[in-house]
Amino acid sequence: MTWVWFHRLGSPPYIYRLAGRLTPWFGWIAAVLLLGALFDGLVIAPPDYQQGDGFRIIYVHVPTAVLSLTIYTSMAVAAAVGLIWRIKVAHAAAAACAPVGASFAAVALATGMLWGKPMWGTYWVWDPRLTSELLTFFLYLGYMGLRASFDDLQRADRASAVLAIVGVVNVPIVKYSVVWWNSLHQGSSLSLTGKDTIATPMLVPLLVSMLGFTLFFAAIVLVRLRAEVLRRERAASWIGEAIAT
Amino acid sequence: MPHSLTPPLTAARLVIARDLTLAFRRPEQLLQPLAFFVMVTMLFPLSVSPELSQLRAIAPGVLWVAALLAALLALDFLFRDDAQDGTLEQYALSGQSLTWLLLGKTAAHWLLTGVPLSLMAPLMGYTLGVPPAASAGIMLTVALGSLALSFIGSIGAALTLGVRRGGVLLSILILPLAVPILIFGSRATELAIHGEAYVAPMELLGAIVVLSFTLAPLAAAAAVRISLE
Repeated sequence: MTWVWFHRLGSPPYIYRLAGRLTPWFGWIAAVLLLGALFDGLVIAPPDYQQGDGFRIIYVHVPTAVLSLTIYTSMAVAAAVGLIWRIKVAHAAAAACAPVGASFAAVALATGMLWGKPMWGTYWVWDPRLTSELLTFFLYLGYMGLRASFDDLQRADRASAVLAIVGVVNVPIVKYSVVWWNSLHQGSSLSLTGKDTIATPMLVPLLVSMLGFTLFFAAIVLVRLRAEVLRRERAASWIGEAIAT
Repeated sequence: MPHSLTPPLTAARLVIARDLTLAFRRPEQLLQPLAFFVMVTMLFPLSVSPELSQLRAIAPGVLWVAALLAALLALDFLFRDDAQDGTLEQYALSGQSLTWLLLGKTAAHWLLTGVPLSLMAPLMGYTLGVPPAASAGIMLTVALGSLALSFIGSIGAALTLGVRRGGVLLSILILPLAVPILIFGSRATELAIHGEAYVAPMELLGAIVVLSFTLAPLAAAAAVRISLE
């Protein structure tokens, strides 16, 4: 097997064009899936026997919460690739991920609070799951803060990469906090191996919505990655051609 | 012809000895975190209530938050002086494993801040109405917790080396990672105060210590190298 495709990904002009070509695909499919999932989830799916219509917030809450962790992991992987193989584009990808991940974490927290008020009777409880998701949000902020505090781009890249990798320890803590501690937050309804504890008419829009949000994240990151590459390569000669076409 | 290197363990021990000597020549740096710890603890009787029964209930949390903040404050000068006068650069160039040297530096830092804090903690606990019988437990938990914090914090201190006014940033980077230490530490202290067995949270704290002192110096060494580039 050759590694040409991998090395090509490290080339800024190539990744700039590739990202440009892929963005509409991810973006439009995400739009269709999300609209479909929201219609299915908000209108067609039956109300929950306990939570009534309140449960419908899971179609936004669960995908953003899951993705806030997935994005952190991908950011750390990108940062590690950049650190180990010294690929600048990988650092750019990690930098592009952080604000998106922070926003997803913020949306997950906000939707959770809106749901918590009618269901738990309060917007906020100091529960392990909530607290550790808040910590995830702060890890993103720390990452962006560290990145912003260096004038030299290379040092910003490499220092924030170390932080991203160290911060990965938080991901399993958030994921299993519901299992480890007696949490007020309900356990997961989805399982890859066991039986899902959610009825199929409610499950289908959730899965579609998760896929939709994932593609939405991909589209946004590609746009941000293009901007990041442009900013970093502004002195390079290929930029002129790339923008002209 | 390259001369043979000092074994890494000896080198780390030499670094510890050097840092201790330097610190005792300027003892005011040693006293500052301790004074800070006492003052933060003092804020609680003033702001919450001087009632001993109330203070006793919040004592584990107060002691841990104060110790955590004091240790964070001290972390700021873990590498700063050595980075400014070029010592860190010499360490990196010495051919000796930077990881081991930083392990020594961080251990020295713990001896200079964590150990005094853990000796002071039962005393401050006593002023908050904690029975003296719990002293050994408090000392032990704070000592273990501050050890883990020193190692995790060394990563943050190394990362913020080149940053102007890195103190606040250092806290933002390290506090999320220090949360498990705080949870298990204050839990162990609470059990110790109530005279119950505090082995279970101590073991978890010990696990964090092992994890952090085996892995953190690697990350800190990488971060120091980045700051020297």
